[in-house]
Amino acid sequence: MAQEAAPGAAGRAPGMKPLRDVGLAGYGAYIPRYRLPASEVARLWTGGTGPLPVKEKAVAGLDEDVITMSIEAARNALARAEIDPARIRAVWVGSESHPYAVKPTSTVVAEAIGATPHTQAADWEFACKAGTEALQAAIGFVGSGMAEFALSIGMDTAQGRPGDALEYTAGAGGAAFIVGPAEDSLCRIEMSYSYATDTPDFWRRADAKYPEHGERFTGEPAYFKHIQAAGETLMQSMGTQASDYRYAVFHQPNIKFPQRAAKALGFRPEQIEAGMLVSQIGNTYAGSALVGLTAILDEAQPGDRILLVSYGSGAGSDAFSLVAGEALPLRRQRATATLSYIQRRTEIDYATYARLRGKLQLH
Amino acid sequence: MASPIPEGIYIVGVGMTPVGEHWETSLRHLALEAIQTARAEAGGLRPQLLYVANMLAPALSGQSHLGTLVADFAGLRGAEAMTVEAAGASGGAALRQAYLALRSGEAETALVVGVEKVTDKGSSEVESALATAKDADYEAVHGLTDTAQAALWMRRYLHEHGAPADALAGFSLTAHRNAVTNPHAMYRRAIELEDYRKAGMVSEPLNLYDAAPLADGAAAVLLVRGDRLPPGLPHPPTRIAGSAMSTAALALHDQVDPLWMPAAAESAGRALQQAGLQPEDVQLFELHDRFSVHAALSLEAAGFAARGRGWELAHNGTIALQGRLPVTTFGGSKARGDAGGATGLYQVAEAVVQLQGRAGENQVPGARVALVQCLGGAGGTAATHLLVQELEAA
Amino acid sequence: METSRHWRLRQQRYALVGEVCPSCEQRIFPPRDLCPDCGEEARELYQFSGRGEVYSFTTVYQAPAGFEQEAPYPMAMVRLEEGPLVTAQLTDLGDRAVQIGMPVEMVTRKLRADGERGMLVYGYKFRPLLNGKS
Repeated sequence: MAQEAAPGAAGRAPGMKPLRDVGLAGYGAYIPRYRLPASEVARLWTGGTGPLPVKEKAVAGLDEDVITMSIEAARNALARAEIDPARIRAVWVGSESHPYAVKPTSTVVAEAIGATPHTQAADWEFACKAGTEALQAAIGFVGSGMAEFALSIGMDTAQGRPGDALEYTAGAGGAAFIVGPAEDSLCRIEMSYSYATDTPDFWRRADAKYPEHGERFTGEPAYFKHIQAAGETLMQSMGTQASDYRYAVFHQPNIKFPQRAAKALGFRPEQIEAGMLVSQIGNTYAGSALVGLTAILDEAQPGDRILLVSYGSGAGSDAFSLVAGEALPLRRQRATATLSYIQRRTEIDYATYARLRGKLQLH
Repeated sequence: MASPIPEGIYIVGVGMTPVGEHWETSLRHLALEAIQTARAEAGGLRPQLLYVANMLAPALSGQSHLGTLVADFAGLRGAEAMTVEAAGASGGAALRQAYLALRSGEAETALVVGVEKVTDKGSSEVESALATAKDADYEAVHGLTDTAQAALWMRRYLHEHGAPADALAGFSLTAHRNAVTNPHAMYRRAIELEDYRKAGMVSEPLNLYDAAPLADGAAAVLLVRGDRLPPGLPHPPTRIAGSAMSTAALALHDQVDPLWMPAAAESAGRALQQAGLQPEDVQLFELHDRFSVHAALSLEAAGFAARGRGWELAHNGTIALQGRLPVTTFGGSKARGDAGGATGLYQVAEAVVQLQGRAGENQVPGARVALVQCLGGAGGTAATHLLVQELEAA
Repeated sequence: METSRHWRLRQQRYALVGEVCPSCEQRIFPPRDLCPDCGEEARELYQFSGRGEVYSFTTVYQAPAGFEQEAPYPMAMVRLEEGPLVTAQLTDLGDRAVQIGMPVEMVTRKLRADGERGMLVYGYKFRPLLNGKS
């Protein structure tokens, strides 16, 4: 695959490291309990025929949205971090389904967890990369010494147009991460990298309810190109290869894409298994790779190296190389495991799903 | 024959409209109807003071300033008039204000009229209007309705006292039976225990027969000080021998013990004490029965039954018309109908009709002492009056 | 639109922040500045744990205006482990039957939207305990 020349190629690695080492002080996921089987979508729109890209997807309840889900994920992260929330100096939420078009999600979350008022608060967006870019920024915020701790969340209650391919997979869920000093963290962040181009593979106009996508254009020139470039460049900068990693997790719009991306970067199926949740919860968009990371952190042992590469349409990838720390096995028990959220499941039919997702015309 | 007590306060006239869906009759017309009936019983006596009991008119009729609206419409311009609101206890609270005013010596005559018009808006708006009597920030904001609150209360009552699921049925059965012979009642069909047991759930465990119907109505009571009673009254006036109000927490969850109504107990105790009487002297009790659990708790608060055993009085015939302590003698809120803030005055008017021997087929034989109590919210307000019949027909 | 009314209560609503009475140590929710027990001034903030048990419960079918689209919904009175009783909706029940005494925990959820264009009101609800903290 052709690649643009990395900047500063003469001797300077494009991978990014802050002046102070940082790590994850806490992490937490949230996944709602409702599940819409893909077979239900097929039943309505294809007479039950055709291959199913996932088994089922998570659907938010009537009283849930990105704000409520972020609050719970953040509380889980705080429980694992064991810090006073007043020490958090940034609350950043990335999503493509913020409850308000204008009025930040982040301030409600900050208020709910007790981080106000001495905090930076902002909402981020970049399709499915909205959470990892907030994580990238938090590394800089904390690594520069500006803040002791920063909270970054990727969370979505994604919508698919009825009958469209994306309706099978557009799911709800996400995760929160508290970035702090590397010492005493659950997981050290060794290095990160971001790769972005103007690639129109998927978008939603301002007044449109559902997004448009470029069908097969979303593959090679979009998802695969950016994940490959980001993953390869980060590993080159790190001087690592796939076999140096115990785990890898990629953005998961369906089952096949991350499997193929992993293989192209040299990873074996066992390495991506722990973080591959898409079949059970669907594509949680800004939460996708991040929820996968929480599932990995729920089982990783100290010293295990982890690669995370996200993808957001439009397009870009954020890549991170992490190493699990000594404190992880004990402190991860302080909050609900991601697997518990996945196993907490109430199956719904398409009618209930339509009601929950506001697809019924009530006025 | 006993003579009127000069400083006593007497009821010289009562008027009631039937409770129902009065599509043709407006708020002010309902009030007028009850007022005219009450005044006619006293030779057209013109009151100096007018108290209007109402809880929902601003929300459901876009109308506040009811004291003057009613005074104006009923030909009583110049009267001192105001609205009294205390949720479901508005009627009793208004009577209490009239009583206090006459006892002060500053006036001689007062008219108290309760009026409610709930059928001009749809049910979800009525529910949210009713919810304003709750704690707006900590109950109503969560979508709590009167019915849901009563259901929570009822479930806890049955659970804590180990009472059977149909424990409260007797209140509904008694009310409906008494309404059969009340031509003004909203529901005049008797029901049986089987009907209660098979009734559809409204908000479990509360079923269709545990909840009174809320509808339109007006009831009026005319008061005169004992030293100013007009001669030639067709019915010997009834004395208010005890009058008391009290408050408890507003929200049900804030009550020290949710299954005990301290305001009801205190106001009943004081009313009895003022009259120099004991609970066993009471011959009928017009209690608050908007929901069946209110009735059970009211009997316990007033001292007629031990804690958790109020429901037994409904099962063993004590509260039947022929029983030791008849309640809801004309059907109560459950079968005569509940007219919101006016209900407290329906209770008083019906008690007066009993004490004056005018109750026809619903007569409690020899009734001379009646206890009347209405409640606001979950017992947050209680207004209790003790009425005695000392004067006989000449 | 009742923006400021809801805004004033955000700490109580989002996070179950109440008060503790410095005189008699009673935990107070919602905060009321005067202790309902001993009558003394009580303005010291107190963070409730969110854990409690169901004191009573029912289902609302006939909803008030603004809640019609959520009906039917479960309601409960919950006895917080620190003592006070609160009224709130239950949520996330799945197929679970509710019982008096059932342990529950507080979650922050969307209580309602203030009409089509008004603000979103968030506040406490309670759900059965999630199994398995890892």
